Amino acid sequence: MGIQERLIEDVGLRRGVSRLTPDIIEKTVNAVLKGETGARLKAYAETCMRCGLCADACHYSLSHPGDPSYTPAGKVHQTMSVLLDKKGRVDPETFYGMAQIAYTECNLCRRCVHFCPIGIDTGYIMSTVRRICHKLGVTPQYIQDTSHSHSATVNQMWVKDDEWTDTLMWQEDEARDEFPGLRIPLDKEGADIYYSVIAPEPKFRTQLIYQAAAIMHMAGADWTMPSEPGWDNSDMCMFTGDFEMMGRIKRIHFESAQKLKVKRIVMGECGHAFRSIYDMGNRWDGWKMSPVPVIHSIAYFWELMTEGKIKLAKKYPGPVTVHDPCNVVRGRGLHEKLRELVRFLVDGDIIETASNREHNLCCTAGGGVINCGPPFKNVRVAGSKAKAEELRATGVKTIVAPCHNCHGGLEDTVHAYKLGMEIKFLGDIIYECMERPEA
Amino acid sequence: MNAAYEFVTGPLAWLAWGIFLLGSAYRLVSMYQLAKKKDASSIAFMSWGYSLRSIINWLIPFNALGWKKNPLMTVATFAFHICLLAAPIFLVAHVMLWDQYFGVSYATIPDSVTDIMTMVVIGACLFFAGRRFLQSEVRYITTGQDWLVLVIVLAPFLTGFLAYHQLLDYDLMVILHVVAGEIMLAAIPFTRLSHVVFAVFTRAYMGSEFGGVRHARDW
Repeated sequence: MGIQERLIEDVGLRRGVSRLTPDIIEKTVNAVLKGETGARLKAYAETCMRCGLCADACHYSLSHPGDPSYTPAGKVHQTMSVLLDKKGRVDPETFYGMAQIAYTECNLCRRCVHFCPIGIDTGYIMSTVRRICHKLGVTPQYIQDTSHSHSATVNQMWVKDDEWTDTLMWQEDEARDEFPGLRIPLDKEGADIYYSVIAPEPKFRTQLIYQAAAIMHMAGADWTMPSEPGWDNSDMCMFTGDFEMMGRIKRIHFESAQKLKVKRIVMGECGHAFRSIYDMGNRWDGWKMSPVPVIHSIAYFWELMTEGKIKLAKKYPGPVTVHDPCNVVRGRGLHEKLRELVRFLVDGDIIETASNREHNLCCTAGGGVINCGPPFKNVRVAGSKAKAEELRATGVKTIVAPCHNCHGGLEDTVHAYKLGMEIKFLGDIIYECMERPEA
Repeated sequence: MNAAYEFVTGPLAWLAWGIFLLGSAYRLVSMYQLAKKKDASSIAFMSWGYSLRSIINWLIPFNALGWKKNPLMTVATFAFHICLLAAPIFLVAHVMLWDQYFGVSYATIPDSVTDIMTMVVIGACLFFAGRRFLQSEVRYITTGQDWLVLVIVLAPFLTGFLAYHQLLDYDLMVILHVVAGEIMLAAIPFTRLSHVVFAVFTRAYMGSEFGGVRHARDW
């Protein structure tokens, strides 16, 4: 049992380790451990009592019963513990396996936190392993491509500057058939809301921009979107371990909002981008909290609901179940607002999965895992078996999931385990059910 | 035998307590300095309220998700830690020693009860050992350190039990018991037993992050 028995060929990982020697690995591992880690990692490594309670936390280990190499402590045991024991001196082939674990067998969802009496943060340990991998140039090809895109274009999907504004104008144009007065205001100084999205929205989920514009329009919001780089709030560099770029793109994002003198940023239904602004990117840039107020779509839609600014023509047929994305729920406590909103939108009950709210099982796509691409898809889907069983047990046909990555992951899960469920963003439901007086 | 007893309860005891107290203080101070130097972005979020919230919630049996999902381990862990601390501190014979050497006296627990508590500790140690052998997820991550600390903790209770019941050579057992206890104290700062001094801080930190940054429960 262990990662060496399930290595998967990936061009990025393979080319990365082909350039390594034990000397190079040793030097970089120790540079990161000495330069970038401190009491936190030391205390975690020393006080983990190896009790194994975390085995019941992780969807990977729940989905592979009897294989301890998928447990949180089991994954640390094969990665950081080895690096610490051997003082960084491991051979490149061993390192390949460590990278595969860190990037593709841990979603950094932190469910294990609820199981560790000592309070060990396995997500942090895995992020640190990824940081070492990044510095050694050993990253899965697909996610590295998105990271390169961030570096070159300040967005994740190689969207060119003219394509971005063109996409917004195209969506505005389309939407004006349905909502004649609708605008997607570009660069409006002093607007109440700066609406930011992840690059996959203009790239291949354009209808989400359309829907958001429709909701903003009907709510009478004073909003804007920036025409220049900074509009993408996503952050794959945070997940590859490229913290320098993580800090750079977060700064550009915040400064883009500051230049427009907006009151606050509203983020689309994304999980990891939110993590990047309240937890990781802000810290790297030296901000305790984000320098511009930022709220997630869940909280924004909830506000619109409480202010009576979402008027429904009908309710969405339920019952539904709610999937709690780790980065906005375990990461930011938005679970009750999410449920209040769903109860408002849906005609019928919320049938909870066995693990819900902060205790929710991860979609198995987050933490950059889905972004590692096709080579690792089967592992990811196998790891979501536990999630699939919880979803099946609800017996409902609709999953409400306010996160892009969760959608991607759950779509594969629903398909692979033949759950026959549809997956909806909040925006999908609001758009479908809201009043359209101008139509 | 008498000379040996004098030695282990005299100079060796001072040494063991010295290593335990000074060693723990050294570990705490150096860890704090390292944290100040390297983990500023973590320390910035420490909060008393959220720290206590997390510590209290984890001290309630079957409250945290991890406890709920592992009822047997929860019972064993709580019983083990309570008995491990209470039995030696409130044992009649130990309090008599404090009185004899330092003139300090305080409440005691009757011997019949501490005897059961000792058996609980021994039983829990066997349970933990059994998990390390039989449960694959525990066996997979078990290292030499983990066996070492289990033996270090078991030894004073086993020898104490044997001495109290005079099952083997009493004088020898008492000396072994004292030495075993001293080894345990001295091992605290420098083995996995250091969770005695660090766990409250790792717990507090996680509580602070979840309370202040993530607005969610960490239990």
